[in-house]
Amino acid sequence: MSVTATPEAAPDDGPAPDAGPVQKPPLIKPAVRKRLVPYWLLLPGILWLLIFFAAPLIYQASTSVQTGSLEEGFKVTWHFQTYWDALTEYYPHFLRSVLYAATATVLCLLLGYPLAYLIAFRAGRWRNLVMILVIAPFFTSFLIRTLAWKTILADSGPVVGALNSLHLLDVTSYLGITEGQRVLATPLAVVCGLTYNFLPFMILPLYTSLERIDPRLHEAAGDLYARPITTFRRVTFPLSMPGVVAGTLLTFIPAAGDYINAELLGSTDQKMIGNVIQSQFLRVLDYPTAAALSFILMAAILTMVTVYIRKSGTEDLV
Amino acid sequence: MTALTRWIRRNLVVIAGLGTLAYLTLPNVVVLVFSFNKPNGRFNYEWQRFSTDAWTDPCGVADLCGSLSLSLKIAVWATIGATVLGTMISFALARYRFRARPAVNSLIFLPMAMPEVVMAASLATLFLNMGVDFGFWTILIAHIMFCLSFVVTAVKARVMSMDPRLEQAAQDLYASPAQTFLRVTLPIAAPGIAAGALLSFALSFDDFIITNFNAGSTVTFPMFVWGSAQRGTPVQINVIGTAMFAVAVLCVLVGQLAGARRKRS
Repeated sequence: MSVTATPEAAPDDGPAPDAGPVQKPPLIKPAVRKRLVPYWLLLPGILWLLIFFAAPLIYQASTSVQTGSLEEGFKVTWHFQTYWDALTEYYPHFLRSVLYAATATVLCLLLGYPLAYLIAFRAGRWRNLVMILVIAPFFTSFLIRTLAWKTILADSGPVVGALNSLHLLDVTSYLGITEGQRVLATPLAVVCGLTYNFLPFMILPLYTSLERIDPRLHEAAGDLYARPITTFRRVTFPLSMPGVVAGTLLTFIPAAGDYINAELLGSTDQKMIGNVIQSQFLRVLDYPTAAALSFILMAAILTMVTVYIRKSGTEDLV
Repeated sequence: MTALTRWIRRNLVVIAGLGTLAYLTLPNVVVLVFSFNKPNGRFNYEWQRFSTDAWTDPCGVADLCGSLSLSLKIAVWATIGATVLGTMISFALARYRFRARPAVNSLIFLPMAMPEVVMAASLATLFLNMGVDFGFWTILIAHIMFCLSFVVTAVKARVMSMDPRLEQAAQDLYASPAQTFLRVTLPIAAPGIAAGALLSFALSFDDFIITNFNAGSTVTFPMFVWGSAQRGTPVQINVIGTAMFAVAVLCVLVGQLAGARRKRS
């Protein structure tokens, strides 16, 4: 680790020839050694990512065009048909994943924004406590918390009872997001679980960007006779856009690939693409199809993310 | 009436925010309450009657505490691995300009922008074809892989925001490179490194999707919970969930108090 101790060059003005007043007598090849320092620092970590992240993706690509069986082994036969078959058979799962993840993302934004705003501007001395309450649920295993939703949404539970007495279940059944007198094993339950699980990923970036806003800007807007809603629409919200973009990405991407909520809170009618990949890989053992499906998912998400980042004009996000 | 509506309108943000907070904490409350339940059948989804059985015998279920200690072990090693490798990468990225920088930056960013199930399936495909036995080592390798990016992001942010003149000053005062690193650079980067380490511990300990694909027949704690969702959930799971929550809150509170005291003195 002591190799890191020679960074005389300031990071922001490129190659710095002036390395400070205390120069040691020139050795044979100090320049070369110094130029190699970042590479030595990078080497182990980058190798790890190349071998266990990048190489598997490439390997996955080759698997997706293989044919064969478990007994005879798989061979690369450039069988692109797998992609077509996977798409035609599982496009409902893809659509459902995008729909559920997008709904959960919008709900997270609607639910998370007031809380992030509350922590940033209104919590005062309670700020730390509220912050702890946002982060702490992270630490109870999220599978356990997702299972807890089974209790909350149970047929004889309080949520179903309340919705029933308000006759809201009739409305939601009509809209097709619940079935009959149940909430569990319906799209509503899955979206509720997804929203819940990824809400902190929305709140934290929102809070970070809201916290940076100078509260005097609100006062200034007020002094200029802007109503609170106008101040929010014209000042606060635009300034929080980096947080909105980061939060929606952090929510949408994992939600689209998730299979835990659909498995625990949904029924076979709510299976998402993650469930299909999981069962193709771990149960059916059809590796080419699993590979093709995960490639389609990856491509779809990367495309959507790129378009979204372009459109929202925050390319300096990374 | 108008006074009430006006009050509600003025505090709409607070009310909505507290509503979200309730939504966030509700499952934790349920987990806590049901840790005192004595269920009738195999499933702990309906309230029967009060009992502290599970609390007095948290390891009373076969394999539960074994899976818990395995998860802790993996999380500790994954944290150490990811923190060391990630800190080295972030120093290289924050301090040096070199040609491969953009490429390295995207290689760091990609794992965070990829659905977990894609990474999980492709890594498992690789292991499968190389004939590697699934188990402790494959889980550890996978966990270090996906924690790495988070450590780099956390540490890099900290190192980037630090004033390079501090190190120049140390060198001007005849500190050796090793001294400069240990007494100036490292203490300043420490909060970032700690944040990265904490994050990777939490991520590794709680990871299900990547472990599900790369564990073989090895059972970590999340895998145990997943399995129990089908077989019947023992109350002990709620006990452990509640204990984890309490320990985490306690740690955060102690950290906050220590921070506040340091600021005051």
